[in-house]
Amino acid sequence: MKLLRKLAEKLMESLLTLSGAVTTAAVVLIFAYLFREGLGVFSESPVESRVVLAVHGSNPVKQLNADVIRKMYDGQITNWKEAGGSDVEVVPFYQSDITKYFSDSALGPEFANLPQCIGQLIDSMPGIIAAFDTSYTPAKFAGHYVQTDQVSLISFLSGRNWYPTAKPAAQYGALPLLLGSLWVCIAAILIALPLGLAAAIYISEIAQPRVRRILKPMVELLAGIPSVVYGFFGLMVVVPAIQRIFNLEVGETGLAGSVLLAIMALPAIISVSEDALRSTPREMKEASLALGATQWQTIWRVVLPWSSSGIAAAAVLGIGRAVGETMAVLMVTGNAAVIPHSLLEPVRTLPATIAGELGEAAQGGTHSKALFALGCLLFLITLTFNLLVEYLVIRRRRAAGL
Amino acid sequence: MNAPAKQVQLSELFKAASARKRRQQRIAFALLRGLTVIVALLLLIIVGYITVKGLPSLSWEFLTGSPKNGMTEGGIFPAIVGTLCLAAGSMIFAFPVGVMAGIYLSEYVSNGPIKQFIRIMTNNLAGVPSVVFGLFGMSLFVNGLDFGSSILAGSLTLAIMVLPVIIRTTEEALKAVDPSHRMASYALGASRWQTTRRVVLPQAMPGILTGFVLAVGRVSGETAPILFTAAAYFLTRLPESIFDQVMALPYHLYVLATSGTDIEKSQPAAFGTAMVLILLVLMMNLLTSLLRNRLNRKAGIK
Repeated sequence: MKLLRKLAEKLMESLLTLSGAVTTAAVVLIFAYLFREGLGVFSESPVESRVVLAVHGSNPVKQLNADVIRKMYDGQITNWKEAGGSDVEVVPFYQSDITKYFSDSALGPEFANLPQCIGQLIDSMPGIIAAFDTSYTPAKFAGHYVQTDQVSLISFLSGRNWYPTAKPAAQYGALPLLLGSLWVCIAAILIALPLGLAAAIYISEIAQPRVRRILKPMVELLAGIPSVVYGFFGLMVVVPAIQRIFNLEVGETGLAGSVLLAIMALPAIISVSEDALRSTPREMKEASLALGATQWQTIWRVVLPWSSSGIAAAAVLGIGRAVGETMAVLMVTGNAAVIPHSLLEPVRTLPATIAGELGEAAQGGTHSKALFALGCLLFLITLTFNLLVEYLVIRRRRAAGL
Repeated sequence: MNAPAKQVQLSELFKAASARKRRQQRIAFALLRGLTVIVALLLLIIVGYITVKGLPSLSWEFLTGSPKNGMTEGGIFPAIVGTLCLAAGSMIFAFPVGVMAGIYLSEYVSNGPIKQFIRIMTNNLAGVPSVVFGLFGMSLFVNGLDFGSSILAGSLTLAIMVLPVIIRTTEEALKAVDPSHRMASYALGASRWQTTRRVVLPQAMPGILTGFVLAVGRVSGETAPILFTAAAYFLTRLPESIFDQVMALPYHLYVLATSGTDIEKSQPAAFGTAMVLILLVLMMNLLTSLLRNRLNRKAGIK
């Protein structure tokens, strides 16, 4: 009987230990799965799957990057000289354009002659760049294939163009999204920090207990409102207001996102900095008051310096929350993947891009892998912020001798 | 001759200085109060706006009917059922594990590097953006384990997301139990598990339940994690098994507000859905404060 009980105790203890490890396991799993999919993008070609690019035999160009290819198909590059070739006009061709060059009868029943036609076309036009499915590869043609640069870490991080659905070659430059996130978050924290800090000081140092009992649940309520509801409110109220105030064509701007993120970051900032303010030793406050300082002088000269690292932790935590916030931002920022020049333009953030595009990206394709790579980036950014908060909190505890 | 004059001057100076100090304080406090009022007003405006616009949409038909005519009419019953399924599913996984982890942290492991490490990891998990949970859930549960976009995959994703909330509140609740009660239990010859189960847990129960309620509230409002793991754009039938997709309230609101068939016409339904979500949050907050009051009363009696 006693043995059985001991056994049960041991079993329970190991079960509890196991659950203690569950968050660590979750973080490791998230890390592993995210990076397994995300890093896959760096060995991929930006060209659509099973599509090849070919040029005329006389064309000296053997390698192109995705940017040049997109510009050729967009008509921004019209001469091969700009791509390192000879002085010939670029003729972009996509396999679905074949009906412009050949009649239905020439293409044969069920496009049986399509590969031959593509071959003929390539050989007849010196300036052509042709994109076609590998299954339509002509049996013989005098042209040659063009290689494309793979997606690299550098092009991913520093690329200024995010055109994930461009055909035939997509571009995955995350810089506009990174900058979009950065701008929106910095503006948000600039709005939220003064408000949040003021509220924290008021709640912890000045307010009567009765007022505090009303304010605290209000802050909790603010934290509990789902982010889609914030997004909806933003869409209905903040966006039209910004449009009217700044006289813009569209109100869906980075500023709208910042305002919402600021409201959403407030509860975290208030509660963490309130904790920090509250941890000021009473003796220190009393000593200051005994020297004849007013309550405000005590707050300004004693309480705030004492809790500065806790307030810093609150700010960092607020930024971390804002960087990862998805739905509200997705709904109000307009989602234009261009490098923003002001907060009054539509911007697109990292999380909004993931949420907005993953549904359309083919599973396991380059686009979806690129979105996972964005996820990795986001994960690393928020992880850094979290560890910074931990560091600030631990340093604070040490300094306080706790 | 000079001494009294000097004294007058000094006391004048002192008076002026203290008047300045008081004026500074008045200005500073007014500023702080004003900014705090702004924060409170923000909440009131948001909740008030949604309530004023959304309350008229609420009706028995709205709560119990299916969406009709491209989601411009009808109700949100499938979304309510879906959110309940997801909340229940995620709690089945997360609540036992989270509470056990909380017990381990508070009762079993001593202060030291292991505890520190677990705490940092828990905070890290809490800081992971919700959309990253969505990516992870899609990669592991939907594709890796082949659950498909389903209640099961969505629940597991949400469960992992909400674990830190449960762990933290459980740990806080357990820590608040008077150590002398543990000592008394040990002195009577009870083992660690017996002490935890018979002495510590019953006292901490309201606090642990607070965590449960908070977690349900959080899970019911999240959109990004279920976007690719569970949520359906539109369904007329209710889920039959845990491998079915479901509609969910937050995702439904997102769809109505941004990509419905007729956004103008579906606005009343969108306000109604937002109202239901706000009511849900209000209810959860009320519940937690009731639980907390009970906890405080208990502590007061002792």
